[in-house]
Amino acid sequence: MDSVLIPEGVKRCSPGKFFLWTLPWLGLLGWGLVSAFLCLYKGLNQTNMTNYFAFALWIVFDLAVIALGAGAFFTGFLTYIIGKKELKDIINSAVIIGFICYSGAVAMLGIDIGQPLRGWFIFWHANVHSMLTEVSFCITTYLGVLLIEYIPIILENRKIEEIRELRLFGNNLHEIMAVFAATGTFLSFFHQGSLGGLFGVMYARPFAARGGFYIWPWTFFLFILSAIAAGPSFTILCTKLVEKITRKKLVPDKAFQTLAKISGWLLALYMVLKIADTIGWAYGIVPKAGLTFMDFYKEGPYGVWLVIAEIGIFGIVPAIILLIPKARQTEGWLIAGCLMNCTGIVLNRFVFTVVTLAIPVMPFDKFVSYLPTWQEWGISMAVIGYGFLLYSLSYRYLPIFPKEKELNTA
Amino acid sequence: MLPFIFEWQWNVDHIIFFGFLYLALGIVGLGITVAAIKTVFQLLGFMRERHFH
Repeated sequence: MDSVLIPEGVKRCSPGKFFLWTLPWLGLLGWGLVSAFLCLYKGLNQTNMTNYFAFALWIVFDLAVIALGAGAFFTGFLTYIIGKKELKDIINSAVIIGFICYSGAVAMLGIDIGQPLRGWFIFWHANVHSMLTEVSFCITTYLGVLLIEYIPIILENRKIEEIRELRLFGNNLHEIMAVFAATGTFLSFFHQGSLGGLFGVMYARPFAARGGFYIWPWTFFLFILSAIAAGPSFTILCTKLVEKITRKKLVPDKAFQTLAKISGWLLALYMVLKIADTIGWAYGIVPKAGLTFMDFYKEGPYGVWLVIAEIGIFGIVPAIILLIPKARQTEGWLIAGCLMNCTGIVLNRFVFTVVTLAIPVMPFDKFVSYLPTWQEWGISMAVIGYGFLLYSLSYRYLPIFPKEKELNTA
Repeated sequence: MLPFIFEWQWNVDHIIFFGFLYLALGIVGLGITVAAIKTVFQLLGFMRERHFH
């Protein structure tokens, strides 16, 4: 039925099977749309966000997907600027994953701000001293860059390519992709950093506050480093998942190994700096605030296990796995290392977003817990559903993997 | 925010913040324009077509 749209020389499942595959993702998307409608129609009272938790599940999700989506800009940087040719075999996948992450995050923010019709206020009535304004500028502009990087992939569809005008336009965009990749790198560098910076400048909250260099707290640099360490791992993880589901070899091992090695080294560097930052914070900012390290880990479920999990289990361990050539060359260890790396970054974003707000800062404050409502979960899960749908459609109809034909001719 | 509206202030903060935003948007816009112009030239036969596969 849709065989004319499927890339030449590759096999895809039947339309019926594909439709069945999309059903759970359509279900998640439907749940999200109902939740979004309720939040827009009835207001943010549909959530469990309060004056204590102005940042909640959606922001944790946003920060996590933006960090995980960093694989797009970083792989683009390595491919087009540094010249790692082997990454051309995985760059399309990285771009699509990045586009899904950023468009999902922006859509979620549209609901989070409560009045999406006034979303443009942040550009027109900008507070030029706000890290959040910088984040908004960079995320939206970078989403545009990702769209431009995605368009040539769409224009490579078998039927679309028959239209000469579109094929030429796609080729011409492709030819100057290095310019877009460089712009994307610049924008990503600043919004990943500013997302960290906005926590680091919370001087009234000693749990998150940090010293730093000039106007940038250390969290600015740590967020950039953690994003470029975890982003490539997420790209590997998603592409490996596609390989498992389709039971095909889609990307040569060399591309996976290059990304895994870079991810491992960056994670190791991040771990060294994160440990130094934690020690500096525990012996600097914390005593200056009249507190001790353990004061932050004694209430609710947020114990010292968070530090052990984030730095030890999901930081040092995956860094070791990804740094040992024999380990990362074994598929199971590679997947485990990447999965742990990504879990670590999600945990880090959760700690900075939710735990920061949960810890009381005033003598009259009390510990307040937060559990998301089904509407909050619905919108978050919709991003996953949307991601699976868009990637599935892209995989089915677009030549994402240039070596697919070559790797599966047996 | 554009430099000719009343909220704009000619200080370093506004110039850096919006300068970089407009620089990024300008590069992206220019890139698309160059690609579009090249496409038109190729369609009219003034430039040669290039292949990337």
